[in-house]
Amino acid sequence: MSQARTDDFEVRRKHLSSLSEVELEQRFWSLTEKVVEPLIELAKTHTTPSIERSVLLRMGFSSLEAKTLVDKVIEKDLIGKGAGHIVYLAALKHKMALREAGLKLADGDPDLWQFIESYFREGRPI
Amino acid sequence: MKLLPNKKLDVEAILKDLEHYVPRRKGWHWRKGCGVKREIGPFEYSDTSESLTQSQPLPAAHYFNGIDPQTDSVITTEIASGRFEDDIRRMRMAAWHGADHLMVIRTAGQSHFDGLIEGTPQGIGGIPITRKQVRAQRKALDLIEDEVGRPINYHSYVSGVAGPEIAVMFAEEGVNGAHQDPQYNVLYRNINMIRSFVDAANAKKIMAWADMAQIDGAHNANATAREAWKVMPELIVQHAINAMFSVLCDMKNQNICLSSVPPTAPPAPCLKLDLPYAVALRELFKPYKIRAQQNTKYMGSSTREATVTHTLNLLISKLTRAEIQSTITPDEGRNVPWHIYNMEGIDTAKQAMLGMDGLLEMVEIKREQGYLADKVRELKERAVLFMEEILEVGGYFKAVEAGFFVDSGCYPERHGDGITREVHGGIAADSVYERDEDYCAPVTAFFGYNNIGQYNETAMHHPSDLIHGCTFEDRSKIIYIDELDEVDNVSTRLEETKELRTTSKLMPEMEWAGDGVVQVTLMLPDDERTAECAAIEIGKKLGLLDAEVIHKEVMQSSEGTRIELKGRVPFTIDSDKLVIPPKPDLLSDDEITEAIKKNPMRIVAATVGEDEHSVGLREIIDIKHGGIEKYGIECHYLGTSVPIEKLVDAAIELDVDAILASTIISHDDIHYKSMKRLHEYCIEKGIRDNILLVCGGTQVTPELAVQQGVDAGFGRGSKGRHVASFLVMKRKDIENEGGYTCS
Repeated sequence: MSQARTDDFEVRRKHLSSLSEVELEQRFWSLTEKVVEPLIELAKTHTTPSIERSVLLRMGFSSLEAKTLVDKVIEKDLIGKGAGHIVYLAALKHKMALREAGLKLADGDPDLWQFIESYFREGRPI
Repeated sequence: MKLLPNKKLDVEAILKDLEHYVPRRKGWHWRKGCGVKREIGPFEYSDTSESLTQSQPLPAAHYFNGIDPQTDSVITTEIASGRFEDDIRRMRMAAWHGADHLMVIRTAGQSHFDGLIEGTPQGIGGIPITRKQVRAQRKALDLIEDEVGRPINYHSYVSGVAGPEIAVMFAEEGVNGAHQDPQYNVLYRNINMIRSFVDAANAKKIMAWADMAQIDGAHNANATAREAWKVMPELIVQHAINAMFSVLCDMKNQNICLSSVPPTAPPAPCLKLDLPYAVALRELFKPYKIRAQQNTKYMGSSTREATVTHTLNLLISKLTRAEIQSTITPDEGRNVPWHIYNMEGIDTAKQAMLGMDGLLEMVEIKREQGYLADKVRELKERAVLFMEEILEVGGYFKAVEAGFFVDSGCYPERHGDGITREVHGGIAADSVYERDEDYCAPVTAFFGYNNIGQYNETAMHHPSDLIHGCTFEDRSKIIYIDELDEVDNVSTRLEETKELRTTSKLMPEMEWAGDGVVQVTLMLPDDERTAECAAIEIGKKLGLLDAEVIHKEVMQSSEGTRIELKGRVPFTIDSDKLVIPPKPDLLSDDEITEAIKKNPMRIVAATVGEDEHSVGLREIIDIKHGGIEKYGIECHYLGTSVPIEKLVDAAIELDVDAILASTIISHDDIHYKSMKRLHEYCIEKGIRDNILLVCGGTQVTPELAVQQGVDAGFGRGSKGRHVASFLVMKRKDIENEGGYTCS
């Protein structure tokens, strides 16, 4: 909980008193941008289970399948690669349909997971 | 499938074959035809939109040939019964009343559900938003919008810990608008703040692709803060953070709507506080839309009081601007909204807005100097200072940790009662992961870093090319889940109420089919506590189940208390067994005129007893009100408060065909007693067989009037044509029968 404070508006506003109302509005929006920009940067470079499930939904998986898949991806510590990426890669390299690859991964198919894990662990050129 | 006005919507047919239903469009719809003057009925309107092809006009519209002008702003109604199948019928009623933004409230607790809910479980204070429910309601709305002739926006919530998934489902299912504001998650749902903002960027990007309108969550600060009218600087800050964040997620300005609420309500001098705030907000947020919400902070159980506050809020909307005019049902302060109060809320918005049509062509706000100008400037400065201090303490997260938000002081004043959240605390804390350099997501409308180039350079701008299109390009890829719970689903619920749909059994209903809920209004001449307890006993004696007082208001501390009581009736009525009197036969104007021409008619009329009300009778008689004079009937009007004896004596002297007596006052059944006296006095005078007796008044029930011995009674809404039709037809019957018979 914050500290109580009396209304010191008259003191605080001194540096704003000479601004026109247009300038005041411009100042408001440039400050807003400064507040929001770091939040946007954070969002650009991070992901969450919900984001990953939303990717899998768009790739043609049901909500239940997406949940199981993302839980597995987190368990394998591979969410930084992207759950959709993992399904895509499995399908591409094993010449399977996307859904087939995804359902096998959700099912915990050991061979497929071994391939995925070693693929990313060993590191590969980008 | 097409809806017919005189046929109930078939919910079972809506649910059939849902698996294959394809919503007809995506994106928000604004009303068409605004900004032009429009002739409707006898008037020229300045601020309307295109009229509907079928609608339910305001109650007073019958005075104006049934016109139903539509406002230029979208009108919202919020529906939250917990049973989507019953909500569908309410949506149809709402659309007929003029709502084109149907907002579905989510069930309690869905914000914290980590994933999508499926099937059709019943909700509490809203419905669990699932693909099946959304698809069914969108399908129904597609039919309803064809019926009323205007596209309907369907809306729910993209918040909680499953925001991005819900956004995807909404985009796929043709949902047109949603609430989305990460600050709402943080402050009111205690969801981790990092998670909320990271999820929000993705959810917003998806909403932007689907061209959905977004409504923010700032109004909740007003509803939560202890002294709500003081949070105005903070409301401005919250609106700005969400608006700017949305712009940076590629949302179009015109889809970003501020959920603005006038901060206070009477007995506070609300316009003095609310109007400068509304002006400051609209000026600062010019490129964005305003969704005007009604003040709910100061709402109690009085539906009348809530309606007046709503009306004052509508005045603010009119004086400033509001592209979306929300309505809160006036009963929200007492229970989950009932069907009838959704309609009342919509009608209040429509009625007030039509009444204020063209207001800004006549009055303007004193913007340049004086009280309002000073207040507007002050609010803007306070908001700037708030933003400055957020940056001073190290940014948004630090500010939330320091309790900057929902403090009931008027910033920079602080009361120290703000909501505090920890950056690594809350629900779903530590569930945010950094994307690796080779991270990718091969789908459309994805926000942020996405290394598609590692697989295909040319797919950089169309990531879903990697998978030959995702569900946004090819909806056949969507996996539809019907039900997961064998018991808690719509089929079980519909089975329970089947009798009410398939037979002629009828039951009162406020929320759900078969709920049996009724409301009784009473005035008990006693103090509040006694009245409340007595009302419950009265409810029980009336046979009501679960009788409960939902509103009480003191008339005077010992003289009386107004009570509103709700309860359930345990029976049904068989509508097939009802004796429904036929609607009165009406002759055309030409038929009446012709009959009078052939055989002239003379009448004498008066308001009888101690009754000074003459408006109704004048309307029945006077030619300028479309009364019976216009057919050529010779009318002798004796005035008001005429004794029965004098009226009958005049009838004898003038040798009239009929006596028209008007009786408005109805206490102690005086109106029916007067009718009986009229009938008896005519018998005494020996003229009853030769004269028609017609009695009217707003409290007159035709059947009861006839029971008093007169020939016809005319109640509220009667016109000259009804009376003239009766006189002509009755005279003809008598002629055919070779004389007069008492009915």
